[in-house]
Amino acid sequence: MLELNVQTLAFFVFALFVLGGGLGVITTRNLVHGTLYLILSLFGVAGFFVLLSAPFLAVVQVLVYIGAIAILIVFAVMLTRSMTSLHEVVNRQWVLSAIVAVLLFVMLTVTIILPVWGQDGSLAGQPVSEVVATTTDLGKALVDGNQYVLPFEVASLLLTAAMIGAIVIARDDE
Amino acid sequence: MIPLWMYLLVAAALFCMGAYAVLARRNAVAILMGVELMLNAVNINLVGFWRYQQPLNMAGQAFAAFVFVIAAAEAAVGLAIIISVYRQRKSVIPDEADTLKG
Repeated sequence: MLELNVQTLAFFVFALFVLGGGLGVITTRNLVHGTLYLILSLFGVAGFFVLLSAPFLAVVQVLVYIGAIAILIVFAVMLTRSMTSLHEVVNRQWVLSAIVAVLLFVMLTVTIILPVWGQDGSLAGQPVSEVVATTTDLGKALVDGNQYVLPFEVASLLLTAAMIGAIVIARDDE
Repeated sequence: MIPLWMYLLVAAALFCMGAYAVLARRNAVAILMGVELMLNAVNINLVGFWRYQQPLNMAGQAFAAFVFVIAAAEAAVGLAIIISVYRQRKSVIPDEADTLKG
C-alpha cells in the first residue's frame, strides 16, 4: 500500500489544507475569515501541483489565485462592509443543497473507488511514468500552431474583454 | 507514489463543498468563493489525470492554464457586478436583487 515518505506526508498535509480551507469557506459567518480559509485551500492545491510535477502551474496558482483573485475578493468583502457578517449564513434551500452535495460526493466516491478495488483493479497498481513533460514543453505547446495557439489568443482576448467589462460595470458614473 | 484515486477523492470533496457554497450561501461573495473552489477541484483532476495517464501530452496542463484564465475573468466580472449591485441596493444577497421579477 502506501509507503511512508516525505511525499506521502506532504500529500496528507496539503489535503488537510485543501479540505480544511474548503470547510472553512462554507461554514464561517465572517467573510474575511472565509477569504483566509479560501487562501489556505488554494495554497493546498498549489502544493498538489508541486507533488504532481507541474511546478509552473503551482507558481501560477500562487501568483494568480492567491495574489490576484483572493486579494480581489478581500477588496469586494471590504467594499460591501455591512454585508460581511450576515445574521443568517445560508438561504432557505440549504438542507436540499446539503443533500445534493452529499449525494454528489457519494456518487463520485463510488465511481472513483470502484475501478480501484473492482474486478480488474486496473487503476490501482498501474505503473506511473517517470518521464514527465517540463515547463518548456508547456510553453512550446501554448504557442505551437498545431496545438494551442488559437485557444491561447482567444483566452487573452477574453481576459481583455473581461477586464474592460469589469471596469465599465464597477465604475461610479454620476 | 500517491495513487491517483486519492487526488480524485480530495478533488471530489472540494467540488462538493464548492457546490454546496454556491447553492446554499446567501452572500454573493461567498457564492463566488464556492465557484473558485469548484474550479480548483477541476484543476486538480486535470493535472492529476495528466500526470498519471498522459505525462508527455500537454493537454492536461494547457487546459488547467485556460481554467486559470477563465477563473480570473469570472472573478473580475463577478465582483464588479456585486459591487455595482451593492452600490444601488445596499445588499449583496442575490435573493433581494429581484427588479426583473414579474
